[in-house]
Amino acid sequence: MEITGAQILMEIFKEEKVDSVFGMTGGAAIDIFDELARTSIQHIMVRHEQGAVHAADGYARAKRSVGVCIVTSGPGATNTVSGLASAYMDSIPLVVFTAQVPTNLIGNDAFQEVDIVGITRPCTKHNYLVRRMEDLARTVKEAFYVARSGRPGPVLVDIPKDIIQGKTAYKPLRAPSLKSYNPTYKPNIKQVKKAINLIREARKPIIFAGGGVILSGASRELAEFARRLNAPVTASLMGLGAFPGTDELWLGMPGMHGTYRANMSIGSCDLLIGIGVRFDDRVTGKIDTFAPHAKIIHIDIDPTSIRKNIPVAVPIVGDCKIALGELERLMDEEALVVDPYKNRPWLDQIEEWKNTNPLSYEQMDIIKPQYVIERLYDITKGQAIITTEVGQNQMWAAQYYHFDQPNSFITSGGLGCMGFGFPAAIGAQVASQDKLVVDIAGDGSIQMNIQEMATAMQYSLPVKIVILNNKYLGMVRQWQQLFYEKRYASTSIEETPDFVKLAESYGAVGLRATRPQEVVPVLKEGLSTPKPVIMDFWVDREECVYPMVPAGAPMTEMLLV
Amino acid sequence: MKTMTKEKHTISLLVDNQPGVLSRIAGMFSGRGYNIESLCVATTMDPLVSRITLVTKGDQLIIEQINKQLNKLVDVIKVHDLTETDFVERETALVKVRARPGHKAEILRLVDIFKCKVVDANSTHYTIEVTGTVEKLSAFLNLIKPMGIKEIARTGSIAVSRNNK
Ligand SMILES: Cc1ncc(C[n+]2csc(CCOP(=O)(O)OP(=O)(O)O)c2C)c(N)n1
Ligand SMILES: [Mg+2]
Repeated sequence: MEITGAQILMEIFKEEKVDSVFGMTGGAAIDIFDELARTSIQHIMVRHEQGAVHAADGYARAKRSVGVCIVTSGPGATNTVSGLASAYMDSIPLVVFTAQVPTNLIGNDAFQEVDIVGITRPCTKHNYLVRRMEDLARTVKEAFYVARSGRPGPVLVDIPKDIIQGKTAYKPLRAPSLKSYNPTYKPNIKQVKKAINLIREARKPIIFAGGGVILSGASRELAEFARRLNAPVTASLMGLGAFPGTDELWLGMPGMHGTYRANMSIGSCDLLIGIGVRFDDRVTGKIDTFAPHAKIIHIDIDPTSIRKNIPVAVPIVGDCKIALGELERLMDEEALVVDPYKNRPWLDQIEEWKNTNPLSYEQMDIIKPQYVIERLYDITKGQAIITTEVGQNQMWAAQYYHFDQPNSFITSGGLGCMGFGFPAAIGAQVASQDKLVVDIAGDGSIQMNIQEMATAMQYSLPVKIVILNNKYLGMVRQWQQLFYEKRYASTSIEETPDFVKLAESYGAVGLRATRPQEVVPVLKEGLSTPKPVIMDFWVDREECVYPMVPAGAPMTEMLLV
Repeated sequence: MKTMTKEKHTISLLVDNQPGVLSRIAGMFSGRGYNIESLCVATTMDPLVSRITLVTKGDQLIIEQINKQLNKLVDVIKVHDLTETDFVERETALVKVRARPGHKAEILRLVDIFKCKVVDANSTHYTIEVTGTVEKLSAFLNLIKPMGIKEIARTGSIAVSRNNK
């Protein structure tokens, strides 16, 4: 029996266990949505396609599965670009379907035609234009496979309208295998042995975990490994939650706004074990002063991450979970036990750093943004899924909410894309209906995708938005304060909406706190309201995120409070 | 770290014969600020597979990244950095050179020495086909240049390794 292209999509969605998709219709996509409406798959219809992609991103992370989007040709497709770029940098598995003008019109500058495959080539893991009916099923199947395997990432599939409408026979395909694409999961044992030799010799080891640990589901293995080595653990922004943020061995995040002890530890460790990290410049600072006394072991599934930014003594290409398993196994085999006293002087030193310059602020008569996050942490007992916007709000969230669980912190790490947090929270809420999902937002960023409040209302998704309202593009203002003699060019945003009324205009709930004593009551009320809520906290306008390492400086040269 | 001197590398790629592959490869180079000195594409015996021979320049770390980044592209089946092995490399150029009466003999003598071929001639110009290593081509072009080169078309290097793996 022959079925349409749109029906083939639905068949594959079923095979891939897709339960929700995020999208927005249009002339070229109308048949897909027509078909979708006849399935049990939930369509979360957004108000802007960027929102759809970020929502799918949040969904993919909270659910640990592939996020799916469907949009129309032309502007629908171009609106997905920021979302794709963000997911690409953070290695989040998505499949984004863009409808395209009919094949016979491609190249004619047809109405709403855009070469989306050309546009998104550098910001997708892979992309496809389906040119023939008979290629559709295989391509879509392959897209899911490529998105989730190896180092995950977004894949775009562009489908011309005649192929969406055309008919062909369909038989479910077996799992695809590609001769041109073969991720390495299992590490080379020789390398693992070399790593163990370094581990044996180390006196001042530290573990630096990244998003790869979360993506491969290796948190338990990481914790066991750290305990066995008695080695302290730091994690990049993308790696927060990979290791319990309340653990004794936890150092906090390193880098530009990292903790004093994390940066000092990197500065003096003799062994740094990087796991699922890519040594981004916000973490390394001045590259030749990064971990200057350390030998580096680097585990990553993507060979291009290794030796891209920093020299490595032992590269290990493989999946983090499998590699950690192999390390454990070989350490068992060699009966490697770390003398618990061997690292003692090192851990004592770190304890001292912890006490000399802990993260701190002083709550006075204006609300301090850090105070809001700390109370949010208390009230939610650290159990919420936190998404963030970008800027100071993002850094305070990373510093003051202690993430104990993987996938509980969802942020646009690599791209730093303002407008990410709210739609991502919507996606996370779709994925975990029974969890509390909170977007920690800035007054600037929240305006970039606030239209999705209508989406949250439409599908009764009770996400909470905590705005740290400083009436500034605060992070940029901070740079101006510190490095541009307080010339606040183009960063004051006093002309913002009344966020309480804005929430109400969507039918959501708006609350405001302008004084410190209102913070806890507003949080309590807002978090317990079973509807979308905006909580607008008027915080100290000129508070800065500390510590701070100026861009390009050595990480041990921190500006402290 | 390793030495930071720039080296020329000839990389041979087998890729899926898909539209867009070339753009993916070129985009990787331009997006990451790497150089392509020459690039040559044609299908292999298998119509579904093309071979790309690409010449690039960079220090060892860059070359390592280029190889890895090429490998990472989903359409790329195989990356072979020939510079690490024993290989044969050739390039062809078609050179249209002015054939002034006083120069004709000299041009033909150079054609003879370099084992080139005159593939077209008219009253004012010779078109010469020259094939060889990049070094041979540049030696020939240096000598022929004073005669007045009107036009030149080069294929870029193509290469295969000498071993049979
Ligand atoms: C889409 C986008 N545009 C611009 C920027 C540059 N940028 C980084 S942080 C920032 C300020 C964000 O302001 P706000 O959301 O109020 O957060 P705050 O820093 O005040 O907490 C800007 C403009 C960005 N990261 N993303
Ligand atoms: Mg702000």
